[in-house]
Order: sequence, then structure tokens, then C-alpha cells
Amino acid sequence: MFGGKYVPETLMAPLKELERAYLSMKRDPRFQSELKAHLKDYVGRPTPLYLAEKLTEELKGARIYLKREDLAHTGAHKINNTLGQAMLVKKMGKKRVIAETGAGQHGVATATAAALFGLKCAVYMGEEDIQRQSLNVFRMKLLGAEVIPVSSGSKTLKDAINEAIRDWVTHVRDTYYLIGSVVGPHPYPVMVRDFQSIIGKEARKQVLEKEGRLPDYLVACVGGGSNAMGLFYPFYKESVRFIGVEAAGLGMNTQSHAASLCAGRVGTLHGSMSYIVQNDSGNILETYSFAPGLDYPGVGPEHAFFKECKRAEYVTVTDEEALEAFHLLSRTEGILPALESAHALAYVSKLAPTLTRGRVIVANLSGRGDKDVPSIAAKIGVGL
Amino acid sequence: MSRIASVFSRLRNKRAALIPFVVAGDPDLKTTEALVLRMAECGADIIELGVPFSDPLADGPTIQTASQRALKKGVNLKEIFGMAERLRGISPPLVLMTYFNPVFQYGLKSFAEDCHRNGIDGIIIPDLPPEEAGPWIKEASRFELGTIFLIAPTSPPERIRLASRCSRGFLYYVSVTGVTGVRRKLPEELGTAIGQIKKYSQEPVAVGFGISTPEQIKEVSRVADGVIVGSAIVKLIEENLKQPDLVIRVGSFVSSLAKALAGTCPVPG
Repeated sequence: MFGGKYVPETLMAPLKELERAYLSMKRDPRFQSELKAHLKDYVGRPTPLYLAEKLTEELKGARIYLKREDLAHTGAHKINNTLGQAMLVKKMGKKRVIAETGAGQHGVATATAAALFGLKCAVYMGEEDIQRQSLNVFRMKLLGAEVIPVSSGSKTLKDAINEAIRDWVTHVRDTYYLIGSVVGPHPYPVMVRDFQSIIGKEARKQVLEKEGRLPDYLVACVGGGSNAMGLFYPFYKESVRFIGVEAAGLGMNTQSHAASLCAGRVGTLHGSMSYIVQNDSGNILETYSFAPGLDYPGVGPEHAFFKECKRAEYVTVTDEEALEAFHLLSRTEGILPALESAHALAYVSKLAPTLTRGRVIVANLSGRGDKDVPSIAAKIGVGL
Repeated sequence: MSRIASVFSRLRNKRAALIPFVVAGDPDLKTTEALVLRMAECGADIIELGVPFSDPLADGPTIQTASQRALKKGVNLKEIFGMAERLRGISPPLVLMTYFNPVFQYGLKSFAEDCHRNGIDGIIIPDLPPEEAGPWIKEASRFELGTIFLIAPTSPPERIRLASRCSRGFLYYVSVTGVTGVRRKLPEELGTAIGQIKKYSQEPVAVGFGISTPEQIKEVSRVADGVIVGSAIVKLIEENLKQPDLVIRVGSFVSSLAKALAGTCPVPG
């Protein structure tokens, strides 16, 4: 029941075309080896699986490994997906890509891939997010992309996606919509999952090398859910516990959160059926998290499925707890995590002390925190 | 014969049906009710009511803003059904245009029942393509409600056939790739596109998206069975929100559209 294609008729035939193109590409060994080469030499993969000894010591419990997606080119996991899709765009013969962005990480990764493959690029971004992430806005412009401010609705990621879909419906014949998470109509959730699965495939190999066994827990933050799905999916059939961490914002007892799986209800948004933060009339509610990449009322349909069949567990972490984890990692390991990834770390800091030294946690450090430095400074009252 | 079918059969070989659209609750439900009555007097053959939604991704800025105005008033499906009940007995059939999530939350079964009970004749759900519409069609058919599916310029013949098989009442042809909103010019290939649909379907075809002037209406009427005018009317409402004669002004505009249609050639066949 989750997923599907809940989109205007205009997009149905183009989605079919995309599905065909993607499936033929997936089976094409030349395409796969080209993608592999780009991931290695351009992105810098494999990213390390790092045993965070100081953090482990501090928390006194399970051994904590960090999958260092923050070390990938452009500073987050988003590039894994944008390179793959941009190669597909080239093959389909489209000249222009559009994207939505919340934290700006997907926007930067799309602008990067577009520059590399010679595509015209426009990125939709909510005005609120443009304020919060000015560094990434400038990076996108330097990379040659046009950043289009979105002033409708809550002026964040949800509205940026609405505008991107409107652009797509209008220019569907020559424009490709490069979605940044495991959301949207089929085949996007599957395609983005496949491109991001490199995270889990590498982590699996690396943890076997280092520990000689599979981890007990995988922990990742969930906004749309692409870094979590990328880490989880290759472990789907193993007895490894999956924990997705959603943003509780100011607290689950307030309206200011972004916890679609933990507090939403099933419905349709942006082309697929999943869990959505909405009111009784089925109108989508404004969400809140200080991590812009998690500030979204929907979530990937495969996560909805994982929740329903209890394959994964979903929990929440507040702004305050995430900020504490941000400081903890910075202090103990000398790594500034993205505020989104700090949510995963906040949960790890609760979980690890409850486990014995013999247990192994792999947390996805999905992005680096440089982009968040100005907003953290503002939050703790430091003028830059 | 359904009320929608009898409109098209009455107008067959005469002229296209005039289908004005307003957002229910813009600026409030009382005004919508007055607008519907007035548009019926001024020559509307079928009236389309938009259900306001927070994220109307098939709509341009005009209808987005109108939806926001209605949502601010707290308008929801229950209240819209209440209004429809009060409007029962007017001559033009009423068609709801709603995004899928509000319907899904209401419950497909209750929604179909309440449409039937309150005199709604047909339903258009722009983000529910036939592939996802199985459960909805099943509920709607229990009450013989009109299920109106859309065809776009990007729809190949097999999708035209699919939409036609699932539709009851009429087919909605989206004249352009894009969102709702006034456009200066209609696409040149409109006639060809509708000819193509007629090749695969017996259903009446109404054209919407971008049609705003009496001249454009005449043009569409030469090739289609119905003309849907939305954003132009919604814009007029927006411009006259503070005017006491808002309803009369909208009525005159609808009259001018009806007049333009009265003198048009019949659709061949």
C-alpha cells in the first residue's frame, strides 16, 4: 500500500519512461563501472568506517563506529545519488535538471553533478532555509546553479518540492527532476535507495574487516530517509537492528516537530503514500526542526513499510539533544557533524551506555557540520 | 442517465458545455453558495467546486492563494457537503475537484456516500491517476458517481484508453503541460489532440487549464464538448474581495462566457 504514483496525469508517461531508462541502466555493466569510477575518483569512496574510541570511552558502552559520509565530496551522502541520477539524465538526453533542497546539501550535490555533466541546473529552496543556510546557497551559485527562492506555504523543504513539481509538470519534455531523497512517486524511492545503498554495502564490508562480524545496531537520522535507507538496505536480511531517528524539534508534546513516522498518519504527499504530519482534514501541517534537512512532513514510503512490518524502529530526538550531541562529537572526536547527523548521534549517546562493550553500533555520519556553524552560533548567542 | 450525461446529451451538436470553477470557501462558504446560484442563472451548465488543500501541486499561484484564503476560514469537506446539500435542486450538476489526501483521510467509502447524499454528481482528483484509483472507482460506482479522469498532452493512446475506461461523466483534457492559470494563447495542437482522444473514446471531452477569455472559449468550443474556466474566475474574485457586488461581477463574467458559446459551431459528430 505504501509508495505508488499519486501524481498529475501529465507526469505519468514521463515516469514510465524514467522507469524504463533506469532499469536498463541498472542492468548495463558499462554504466555501473562508469558510476563506480566516479564514486571512487570523484567522490572519494569508499568513505571510512571510523571507530570513535573517544566517544565510546565517554559513553561507556557499546563500540561506536561512524560511517564517514561527511568525508564524501561536497560534505554529505547526497552526492552518491546525484551522480547516479545525473548520469541517467545524460543517457535520457535531457538538458536541464531541477532539484529541491532543505539544508542545501542536496542542492549543492545536484549543482555539483550538473557542473560535472554539463547540465543546466535550477534548485528550489524555501526562503526560510535560504536564511538558515546562506553558505550552501552561495556554494550552489558558485557551481553555476540558479537558486529559486520559494515563498509559498511554510517556505521550507515541503514547499520547495511543490514548486519543483510544478516546474517539472510545466517543462517535463526537456527537464529532469532530480529528487534528493527516497521520497516522491515510483521509481524515485527505489532509485535513490539503490544509489545510496553504496553506504551500507561499504559499511558491511568494513565492519566485517574490523570486527569480524555484523553490527548489532545501525542508527541514522530520517528526514526523507535516504541516508538511513542507504545504510539499512544492504543489511535487510541480516539480524541487525535498524533505528531511524526523527526530529522532535521543540518536543513531541508541542506542534513543533518533524516526526512523520512517530507522530504522522498514512496519506499521500508529493506522489507517494506514506506517513505524513497532517491534520484531520488531510491538510499537511508545517513541521519544525532546527536541522533543515529533517524539516519535512513526509518520509520515504519504504520507511513506512519498515515501520509497519517492524523491521526498523523509529525514535525521536529534540533540537536540544541534537545540539548536545553536536558538541559531544566535536569535543571528543574533533568532528563537527551536520545538525541532521547529530540527531543520530544523540540517539547513540542514549543507546550506547545501555549496552555492553561487546556490542557494536554503526551510526551514519551523513554530513559535515560546516554549513550549520552560523546557525549554531546564532542559537547560542555568539556573533560571527 | 446521470445528470452530467444529460447535460452533454442536451448540448450535443449545439455547443460546448460551460463549466466554471470556484474554490469552495473563497472567501467564505456563504459567498461560494451565492456564486454557485448566480453562475447557474448566468449560463453555467456544470459547476466545478475546488476543495481547498494545503499543497495543491497541480495549481498555479491564483488557485493556491484562493485555497489559502479558504483554509484560513477552516473550510473542510464536511462543510462543503453541507453547502452542497443546501444547493440541491439547482439545474447545473456539481462536480468536486479535490486532491487525494483529503479524500483518503475522510475515508473513500464515507466520501462516496456523502457525495451521493448531498447531491455531488462527479469528482475530479488530479493527483489520482487510474493506476491508483481502483478502490476509489469501486466506492464511487456503488452510487453511480461521476469519476472524471484527466488526459494530458503527454498521454499516449494507451493512457487515453485507460482514462476513458475509468471515466464516467466526461474526460478532462489538460490543454497544456503545466499548472492551472490564465494563459495568453491556447496551444495550436489542441484540435489535433482532442481529435486523437475522440479516436479512442466515446466520452464527452471538456478542456481546462489556461482558458480565460470569450475568444478562447469560442476556439475550444469548436473542438470540444465542454470548456472549464477556473483561474480567470478565481482571479476576478480575488480582485473584488472587498466589493459588495462581487457575486454580480462574477455573474456578468460568466454571462459573457455563455454568450460567446451561444454563437459557436457545433462539435462535429
